[in-house]
Amino acid sequence: MIKIENVSKNYGSFDVLKDCSTTVNKGEVVVVCGPSGSGKSTLIKCVNGLEPFQSGQIIVNGTSVGDPKTNLSKLRSHVGMVFQHFELFPHMSITENLAIAQIKVLKRSKDEAMDKGLKLLDRVGLKAHAHKFPGQLSGGQQQRVAIARALAMDPICMLFDEPTSALDPEMINEVLDVMTELAQEGMTMMCVTHEMGFAKRVAHRVIFMDHGRIVEDDSKDAFFANPRSERAQQFLAKILQH
Amino acid sequence: MYEFDWSSIPGSLPFLWDGMKISLEITLTAVIFGIVWGTLLAMMRLSSVKPLSLFAAGYVNFFRAVPLVMVLLWFFLIVPKFIEQLFNLPPGTDLRLTSAMIGFALFESAYYSEIIRAGIQSVPKGQMAACYALGMTYGQAMRLVVLPQAFRNMVPLLLTQAIILFQDTSLVYVSALADFFGAAYKVGDRDGRLVELLLFAGLVYFVICFAASTLVKRLQKKYHPA
Repeated sequence: MIKIENVSKNYGSFDVLKDCSTTVNKGEVVVVCGPSGSGKSTLIKCVNGLEPFQSGQIIVNGTSVGDPKTNLSKLRSHVGMVFQHFELFPHMSITENLAIAQIKVLKRSKDEAMDKGLKLLDRVGLKAHAHKFPGQLSGGQQQRVAIARALAMDPICMLFDEPTSALDPEMINEVLDVMTELAQEGMTMMCVTHEMGFAKRVAHRVIFMDHGRIVEDDSKDAFFANPRSERAQQFLAKILQH
Repeated sequence: MYEFDWSSIPGSLPFLWDGMKISLEITLTAVIFGIVWGTLLAMMRLSSVKPLSLFAAGYVNFFRAVPLVMVLLWFFLIVPKFIEQLFNLPPGTDLRLTSAMIGFALFESAYYSEIIRAGIQSVPKGQMAACYALGMTYGQAMRLVVLPQAFRNMVPLLLTQAIILFQDTSLVYVSALADFFGAAYKVGDRDGRLVELLLFAGLVYFVICFAASTLVKRLQKKYHPA
């Protein structure tokens, strides 16, 4: 589904990504973790072309992301993405947030888009808030709306960029629950997160990054039981203490 | 001791009102054109296409670095000739109002574009990323998401600029165009009551602008309670 081959990216002389390669198969849940500044967010943003990269290639569902001939808008319209800061549109109601891209990008009718939006809102447990504005919802609720907004586009895979790191602790679980449910339904997911509990529960594979490189790329069990690199061992020791 | 004589004002009110209509016409045209062209300039300036951003930067810096009176004079001298040729009008057609409108519109666009640029930049970058991630094009993202938020943040500044613009329309006196200020001056000159008429005109400008800026402040409090 997602194939990342020898991708490198730099800002001037600073290398953000160095020769990264990995694959995410259909139905697979891959968690990307690593210390901050390791390039994990940049990597996931390269997958739908939000960040350009200088060399290597990324193939999503048979389409090359870096190819100038690729219609990026079309590709992105079926790759869902959820951001750290939700990025709901504050001047639109929740229903409008869910419907706008369906109408403008997928050319669905207004009724169809509203219907679909409400169904997904119900699914993330927020049907009662349909008429509200994003500013009236808690962070956790906003993030669930953001997930519903991405799902409304019928994505072939979902990218999560630290979906819980801007949330108060008591709201993290409501978001992780939605994500877990998605994973169990067989959604292909690539997920940058520090939530190791989530990784242990639902991930098939874990990628560990450090200084722009993919240091480990292993099955979940192998990663947690026996991380090969020293850097990953240190990281896990620190993050699993609390 | 100077003796005030206000008697020439009541009779000339219709003439003064005609002048006010011209002032308002120029203001309105320049505000509308300024916001539309200013938005395009702001988008060009923020664009990654070098020639576009260079053009917009040049335009804005140029108009912000020359005095408005001078720009108006240029336009009074150049635009009529140009329009006469373009539309094949007989020479000497009165195009002062048109020239004033074009001059103000082009000049004010430079100021509006800076306000709008700041407004666009006040919208978090993530909003654009979210639009792209949903498959929107740059145009859709700007039109549906970024600009509506930018304009909501900018309303007080845009209105304040419109008030300044309204005051500045009095500068059309350089072309002897009878806007409100010009009309007052003409009446005062005719009746030998320049002091009274200019005081009266000043009072009218003050009342209108003060009332308008009080309104803007209220709007600001309503939408951005500190």
